[in-house]
Amino acid sequence: MKDVTLRMAWRNLWRHWRRTWLTVGAMIFSNGLLIFAMSLQFGSYDMMIDNSLQAYSGHLQLQHPRYLDEPKMRYALDDVTELAERLRRELDLDSISARADGFALASSNERSYGLQIIGVDPAHEPLVSTLPGLVKQGRYLEPGMPGEIVIGAVLARNLKVGLGDELTFIGSGFDDSFAAGIVTVVGIFESGIADLDRALAQVDLAYFQDVFAMQGRGHSLTVRAQHVDDVESLQWQIGELLDTDKSLSLRHWDELQPGLRQSIQADMASNSFMYIVLIVLVAFSVLNTQLMSVLERTREFGTMMALGLQPARLSRLVMLETGLMTALGLVLGIGVGLVINLYMARVGFSYPGMDEVALKFNLPERIYPSFTILSMTLGPAAVAIGSLLAALYPALRLYLLTPIDAMRAV
Amino acid sequence: MTGLGSHFKIILTLSWRNLWRNHRRTAIMLGAISVGVWAMIFMTSLMRGMVDDMLNQGIRNLPGHIQIQHPDFLDDPSVVNSIGEPGGELLTALTQNGTRSWANRIRVPAVIASERESRGINLIGIEPAAEADITGLPAQISAGRFLESNQDKGVIIGAKLAERLETRLGKRVVIMSQDPDNNIAERGFRIVGIYQAELAAQEEFNVFAARATLQKLLKIEGLVSQIVLVDHDYRDVESLYRRVEAATPDGLEVKPWYEIDTYLAAMFNLMDGFVLVWVIIIFLALSFGLVNTLVMAIFERVREIGLIQALGMRPGLILYQILLESLLLLLIGLALGNLLALVTIKPLESGLDLSAVAEGMAMMGVGSVIYPSLTLYDVLLANVVVVLLGILTSILPAWRASQLDPVRALNTH
Repeated sequence: MKDVTLRMAWRNLWRHWRRTWLTVGAMIFSNGLLIFAMSLQFGSYDMMIDNSLQAYSGHLQLQHPRYLDEPKMRYALDDVTELAERLRRELDLDSISARADGFALASSNERSYGLQIIGVDPAHEPLVSTLPGLVKQGRYLEPGMPGEIVIGAVLARNLKVGLGDELTFIGSGFDDSFAAGIVTVVGIFESGIADLDRALAQVDLAYFQDVFAMQGRGHSLTVRAQHVDDVESLQWQIGELLDTDKSLSLRHWDELQPGLRQSIQADMASNSFMYIVLIVLVAFSVLNTQLMSVLERTREFGTMMALGLQPARLSRLVMLETGLMTALGLVLGIGVGLVINLYMARVGFSYPGMDEVALKFNLPERIYPSFTILSMTLGPAAVAIGSLLAALYPALRLYLLTPIDAMRAV
Repeated sequence: MTGLGSHFKIILTLSWRNLWRNHRRTAIMLGAISVGVWAMIFMTSLMRGMVDDMLNQGIRNLPGHIQIQHPDFLDDPSVVNSIGEPGGELLTALTQNGTRSWANRIRVPAVIASERESRGINLIGIEPAAEADITGLPAQISAGRFLESNQDKGVIIGAKLAERLETRLGKRVVIMSQDPDNNIAERGFRIVGIYQAELAAQEEFNVFAARATLQKLLKIEGLVSQIVLVDHDYRDVESLYRRVEAATPDGLEVKPWYEIDTYLAAMFNLMDGFVLVWVIIIFLALSFGLVNTLVMAIFERVREIGLIQALGMRPGLILYQILLESLLLLLIGLALGNLLALVTIKPLESGLDLSAVAEGMAMMGVGSVIYPSLTLYDVLLANVVVVLLGILTSILPAWRASQLDPVRALNTH
């Protein structure tokens, strides 16, 4: 029985092959476009998140509860080095590094600039941040070598210093004492992120604690998860471990860089609008086709009803036709999308002027699609649902059909 | 010979009536076209509004449409790379009619310290009289007053910076920078005003003082960092740029905004491309339905077309009749779509509030309220693309109809 309906639906589709193909064509076009756009979009979000977080802020940071809103020297954590050691041991994760932040006025022979000076643990910092790997001249800090500093490329240029030059810096310490030191530039990094390259410098944590009278304190423990998907479980684990300690707050990257998630949301909102418009237009196409095909078969349907077919069965037939058409559009559309994605994965996507814009969002000059089940099927699934919903009206109209009137219809 | 002209009325009547023979199909297609056109115009106006805002703010921050400075200044914004205040030919060119406004500026890196905290800042020396037109700063003062003269001894800081420094209006702060001989230049300032910028990063970073006061502090009397000019429209600064460049003495660099901030320039240039791509994508999605409608309309009328051909209507007229039918459909759809766009954009003109993602918008350099910008160019573009490409896609089905063989057509069932 079912087989008959299916066969009828399939044959009905090809009674007007041109119309069917045009409708399927609209689906293939939209599906291909949606897959292409979504894959690139997800790909660029992943890259944006990774590049932005890996450079410096990490996935999670343990801070003093007030430090996030008021990043001041006095909102510090006690014994950060020991705390970091304990977490590394208990979580069996090496990518946890302690930092202390301060502000200082640095002077070379010729120039003075205000800079953000960070005390880091040279042994673990490279595991949480890509900055140490971005040292383009000289080398990164080494454990047990106080009195060394690594600075950003723009800052080096502005201060007119090179490798081996000395910098003096002055600031105020934890106890509001006068903090000053002389350091040698051993490395210059170039991250491409203007804020970091212009105003960031790193020194050894122990040295920092000494100069700024921190007495073992620091401002953050930066944690980098193996993968961005592991962040939530890691957050929970750390939360469990430090449950009793109310003097600590664990900050998710959402809190550390609120702009990141929000700019993704803003972008998603405007893209979703475009996707929905495409889907609605396909739905119109399907509605048109199916309504026409039902109307022109009024007599035929009347006859079938007179022969004893229930309206429900006819409705199912119409929905089945739509389903077949949708399935065809889905499969071919995913095929087209796959081909575009494979091509894009090889050459990367770029358009003139994109490099400038990409830089602003920490993206490379070419973006590559993200091949996930979601990016490959979300668009086509939405198109399919939209199409089936659109076919409901022509299908349900059949319930109003009376055989006599229908058979009289022209 | 009777051309199209004399038959136009008949063809028009035929097309109009044919259009409404299957009113359901026509209505659905009109729905699709109007939604498509609405989406084209609506989305474009939002994007335009956003980019306009981004450019206006970005250019205000630079600031100015055109800057004159030492060739090394942009790369190394140090007091060493100062230039003389304009004089002679340049001054004439600046004060001449046609320049909307211009001002000298000093910009040096500095450190600001309150009793509790210190921060690295961008210390900017301004000429208060010209500032309203250049950065709009006077309107952003949320507490206290704006600077009153070039000699004003006060300083204006952002609300965010005040919070960071744990200081407030009326308090004193110390600002440290260096003079051209690399000596520390240091001075106490009273905070006379607090400003609130749309982008938080500026509030934290830019501190304003009067131009002459800073010249004295930095020991650069007669020197400034930049001369900034504002023209009437940022889209068209070429003539001012050329005029000023011709009058600028050798050794100074003159740059328009799009060379200073390449991100803004890229966004500006990408917009037109984006609008075109968006309009075409929507059209393509529509075109399947359009062709479908025509193919069906013709299919139903094969016999009829055969008949009128047999009665003597030439194939050319059949082609025109079907194209006209398609044109009428497009035009009605466009009218509805444009109307829909107008009706939905008007209420948003007071601003679409996106403060939920404010910091994300700030990352793109946009404020949290979008004002849609409906431009004639974009509306025309959408309409012209739909009509032209619509007619183009209709040609094939219409041509096929005109080539029907009357005998065969009449025998079709």
